[in-house]
Amino acid sequence: MRYVPLLWAGLFRKKTRTILTLLSVCVAFLLFGLLHAVKAAFESGADSADAKRLLTTARYAIIEPLPLSYLHRIEQVPGVVGVAHADWFGAKYQNESNAFPVLAVDPRRYLDMYPELRIAHGQRDAFITTRTGAVAGRRLVERFGWRLGQKLPISSEIYPRADGSMHWEFDLVGILDADDPTVRRNTDLVLINVAYFDEARQSNKGRTGWYIERIADPAQAQAIAVAIDALFTNSPDETKTQPEKEFAIGFAKQVGDIGALVLRILAAVFFTILLLTGNTMAQSIRERVPELAILKTIGFSDGKVTVLVLAEAVVLLLLGCGLGLLAATSLMPAMNSATGGRFPTLFVHGRTWLVAMSIAVVLALAIGLPPALRARRLKIIEALAGR
Amino acid sequence: MNNVVEIRHLTKTYVRGREQIEALHDITLDIPRGDFVALMGPSGSGKTTLLNLIGGLDVPTAGSIMVDGRRIDQLSRGDLAQWRAAHIGFVFQFYNLLPMLSAQRNVELPLLLTNLSAAQRRKHAGIALTLVGLHDRAKHKPRELSGGQEQRVAIARAIVSDPTLLVCDEPTGDLDRATADEILTLLQMLNREHEKTVVMVTHDPKAAEYARHQLHLDKGALAYG
Repeated sequence: MRYVPLLWAGLFRKKTRTILTLLSVCVAFLLFGLLHAVKAAFESGADSADAKRLLTTARYAIIEPLPLSYLHRIEQVPGVVGVAHADWFGAKYQNESNAFPVLAVDPRRYLDMYPELRIAHGQRDAFITTRTGAVAGRRLVERFGWRLGQKLPISSEIYPRADGSMHWEFDLVGILDADDPTVRRNTDLVLINVAYFDEARQSNKGRTGWYIERIADPAQAQAIAVAIDALFTNSPDETKTQPEKEFAIGFAKQVGDIGALVLRILAAVFFTILLLTGNTMAQSIRERVPELAILKTIGFSDGKVTVLVLAEAVVLLLLGCGLGLLAATSLMPAMNSATGGRFPTLFVHGRTWLVAMSIAVVLALAIGLPPALRARRLKIIEALAGR
Repeated sequence: MNNVVEIRHLTKTYVRGREQIEALHDITLDIPRGDFVALMGPSGSGKTTLLNLIGGLDVPTAGSIMVDGRRIDQLSRGDLAQWRAAHIGFVFQFYNLLPMLSAQRNVELPLLLTNLSAAQRRKHAGIALTLVGLHDRAKHKPRELSGGQEQRVAIARAIVSDPTLLVCDEPTGDLDRATADEILTLLQMLNREHEKTVVMVTHDPKAAEYARHQLHLDKGALAYG
């Protein structure tokens, strides 16, 4: 702590230059925070995936529906201990920007399939027994100020009612939550009762979007997947079954290899920062050669001077990193609002902070080491003489 | 009176490319404790080189330097740095203060290397600044001070850790006559009243008159004045 004023004085010797450098570092880490949040959102499905769950979709396009009659045939496959299904409703609430996933499900089967979703007993029963019933994730309920028992007027972007109207109405009978934060992030959804939905919709009756299977032994996942798909080979609705995690990763990759994209952008950004900040640090040390010589003259060892210069780089990078991530965090509500719920909730994870801080320290060492070594090698007599 | 500096057969040779330049040749010298010595001589006579060797900023090519009973010519760079922190106070022609730090913080710098607490460091720096008559300027940055005041701050920094020896390289070289006299009077006061041993390089005969003794160097060799 005793060296902090000295460190600070060195860092802010040229205020404008340091602030501009700090801003460039800050912007780099702001970008890091935002892109990491997007990447994490894409991978969130995989993070919460259960190794004991398989997903079955249409073989050639996941948007193609499958017959509901497959349910009982899949149940017969050895190793399968439970089957649920879900269909994408494509919802808007009040206006275009309020979109969130609405899934038509068999309440009992679906909630049994996802025990990580927490719902009160009475509400679960109400969902099972109320044909127009719907349950919603707690974060959605809080976002829109919904109350249990109220009507949920939701428009579908895909399914008209039998009378041709796209406007549907459900009764909110339960609230979903989760103890695991990773799972809770994926509860920004509404579940509706497929019995009512299938009967009331105009088209695609008797079909569903995908099946979810619970298996007894994850080691048998591949064999069970093959067995399920074999049931429907050469039928008009062939299937593709895969572990839930594999499905989530594959789904995210249909948009693009977000991870690789983010990595490349950030590598370019940080390489630029390395050059810019490295040049600034080197210039700053060149200008302060006489001051460093004075420190050595009055007894600062070579090691102390080296550490002081390195510490300047570390403080600069960590400060920029912290400010950048704070800025990214503060932008998250606006970004989430802009996506209107069509995208998983974005936020800056604790893991993002850890990775960013580590990058900042590594960059600081790379940037600070050359000038620090120069300061270490500095010969007092020559430096004081201006040579 | 015992000697604080004992120099024996000191030689310093610089190598510039293929050329060898002998800056000091076979110097033998004693400086008694509590003395105020002015090192004089023309440019290139080796006076600053001798001062740097006494202050432990450089190492000799041959010979020995003992300061306060310790052979400093045999110390490693790290040990020499520690030794300087404990035993030498430096005053330079251009003050060499850190521009971003206040006068108080500049004076505290040598104390960062001690075990003193922040409060103790502040107290010691305050005493040193009072001694040089600048206590009311403690919060001022160097650019807010005159040349004479900057040199006073530099002197306060030099004496704050109570060194054995004050080493001054042209301390009045950048000052007008009146301010130079004030600085020299201050050094004289530190020598007479606080018994600081002072070695000062100067080419100004008037400045040298403030010293108890004058030494003359010419072409790297020593002659008493």
